[in-house]
Amino acid sequence: MGKTLFEKIWDTHIVQEVTDGPSVLYIDKHFIHEVTSPQAFKGIEDRGISIFRPAQIVATADHNVPTQNQHLPISDALSRFQVDTLIANCKKHGIELYGLGHEHQGIVHVIGPELGVTQPGMTIVCGDSHTSTHGAFGTIAFGIGTSEVEMVFASQCLLQTKPKQMRINIEGTLGKGVVSKDIILYIIAKISASGATGYFVEYAGLAVRALSMEARMTICNMSIEMGARGGLIAPDQTTFDYLKGRTFAPASAAWDTSLAYWQTLYSDPDAAFDIELTIDAATIEPMITYGTNPGLGIGITKNVPTTAGMQDEGERKNLEKALQYMGLTAGQSLIGMPVQHVFIGSCTNSRIEDLRLVADLVKGKTKNPNVQVMIVPGSQKVAKQVVKEGLDIIFSAAGFEIRQAGCSACLGMNEDKVPAGEYCVSTSNRNFEGRQGAGARTLLASPLTAAASAITGVITDVRTLL
Amino acid sequence: MNKINKIHSRFVPLQEENVDTDQIIPARFLKATTRDGFGKNLFRDWRYSNDNELEPKQDFILNNASFSGEILVAGKNFGCGSSREHAAWAIKDYGFLVVVSSFFADIFKNNALNNGLLPITVSDSFLVSIFALGKEATLSVCLENQTITMDATGAVETFEINVYKKTCLLNGYDDIDYLLSNKAAIENFEKKQSVSKL
Repeated sequence: MGKTLFEKIWDTHIVQEVTDGPSVLYIDKHFIHEVTSPQAFKGIEDRGISIFRPAQIVATADHNVPTQNQHLPISDALSRFQVDTLIANCKKHGIELYGLGHEHQGIVHVIGPELGVTQPGMTIVCGDSHTSTHGAFGTIAFGIGTSEVEMVFASQCLLQTKPKQMRINIEGTLGKGVVSKDIILYIIAKISASGATGYFVEYAGLAVRALSMEARMTICNMSIEMGARGGLIAPDQTTFDYLKGRTFAPASAAWDTSLAYWQTLYSDPDAAFDIELTIDAATIEPMITYGTNPGLGIGITKNVPTTAGMQDEGERKNLEKALQYMGLTAGQSLIGMPVQHVFIGSCTNSRIEDLRLVADLVKGKTKNPNVQVMIVPGSQKVAKQVVKEGLDIIFSAAGFEIRQAGCSACLGMNEDKVPAGEYCVSTSNRNFEGRQGAGARTLLASPLTAAASAITGVITDVRTLL
Repeated sequence: MNKINKIHSRFVPLQEENVDTDQIIPARFLKATTRDGFGKNLFRDWRYSNDNELEPKQDFILNNASFSGEILVAGKNFGCGSSREHAAWAIKDYGFLVVVSSFFADIFKNNALNNGLLPITVSDSFLVSIFALGKEATLSVCLENQTITMDATGAVETFEINVYKKTCLLNGYDDIDYLLSNKAAIENFEKKQSVSKL
């Protein structure tokens, strides 16, 4: 029987099988950041051992950095100490750091791909659940905890149990105003926030093949939001064209060797999956979430569900609690509801293509005066490109504020927060209670839907503006 | 790491599903560079009004003095969302040694196991029965036999755990000890990999 894409990569990275236990899995690339690494560095030092393969680690500061005045010392003392600790640890252990002020700095899942560090066939980990983003290149990439960061520091390996495998085929063509964020929000709404727990998910089908690399990253990024360890997409010409010429991509003869290998990375026709789903892209509308987990989403023209007919007591209670937190009523439409904030950024949607989509829509328009709009580019490179293409002029004219690179209001760790009780249409990945600030009410959507709502001041079906 | 085997204790019933790690420990408390002291901020925004320790929310279970113990019992899909290990540290630091649910998110489960915090997956019906028990009720956990018992009724369920992880927890070993003992195999693997890429 043939192998899946996942199995091809997994099998070539197994150092050893442990009897009645997990396998020793070799890790090619390890990304680290300031929040989930300090305890792992300390652990290594307490054990009196050194970092096994520092050259395979790439560090950046993203989660806990300000998005204004990055040239000045960080004003929050705890944040400053955490970022300084990363700088000291990287220096001490000989790890490449793209910290504040470095031209490569940015959100870890934006910079890995844009620098060409992320390459097909690799195993990649990071102490961040959205590491699944890198799967868009045909990699096994997943988020780990800090103890596991320490394990990779110590041995460049992890003990892992082979996950089950799911394939989701997205066939057909996307409608006008529907983008990759809508595909993944649709899938999560369909199978729930825990529907893929225990699985690695391969996304396939003609609609996926037609997507750019950046659009594919958005899909893989949110795999964790349905519980999956990771998501991946077989590399193809789109992948190879994206990688060619990137800073750390192989060049000349090494490129040819790598390409020959990358071209073998696909699921064989007779490979077996534990679960397989097929979705028709044409049925997907622009999506928006109404609840407090990413699975509580609807097509924008649909109404918020009611508890009528719900058999499961837990499910009914969850919905009631979510609607209460969100200040919404069962059965209502979201279209036309006033919003106070729009956040365009995060490892899900802060790449140049996302910002081009937004710029195309808002060109010549201005935001509604009752909405605060913040655009946070995913990296210094993206920020530079925004200026190069003159998008900053469009954004400024529209009244959108452009910040400096970082995770920002996606997780409310720095000062970029949404006040309690206020609504934010956000291109990020989580709408959990308090995620964007205590009491904040997050509605997840695509960059297009976010931009449309910024202009009108109310939740808007972007298709009415196209 | 601490060893864990038998625990006999009262429990705290948290009847919520999809408890994400942002609720367990909000991001603003992740600025620390050590593993200690997260317990005081466990479920911070569910526990206190206005982020103020002087304003506990009376209806939240951790603020209900009738419930205590070393076992936290929660609804399905516990620990979903962010990979922050701080969630496991906070639960452990607060004083729990076991978390019981009918379903755990993957990363949280690994993080718990790596910190000597035992995640026990029970059936939906067993979970319902635990929630139906009175305030004074106790649970008995035996890792060696992989059983959890409702002492009041004697109802017992066996739970699954990876044999390797079970050995680690019973003996207080961690994965790094194991990985470090395999350095030679890892180096051999690297040599073979670099040859195959030529």
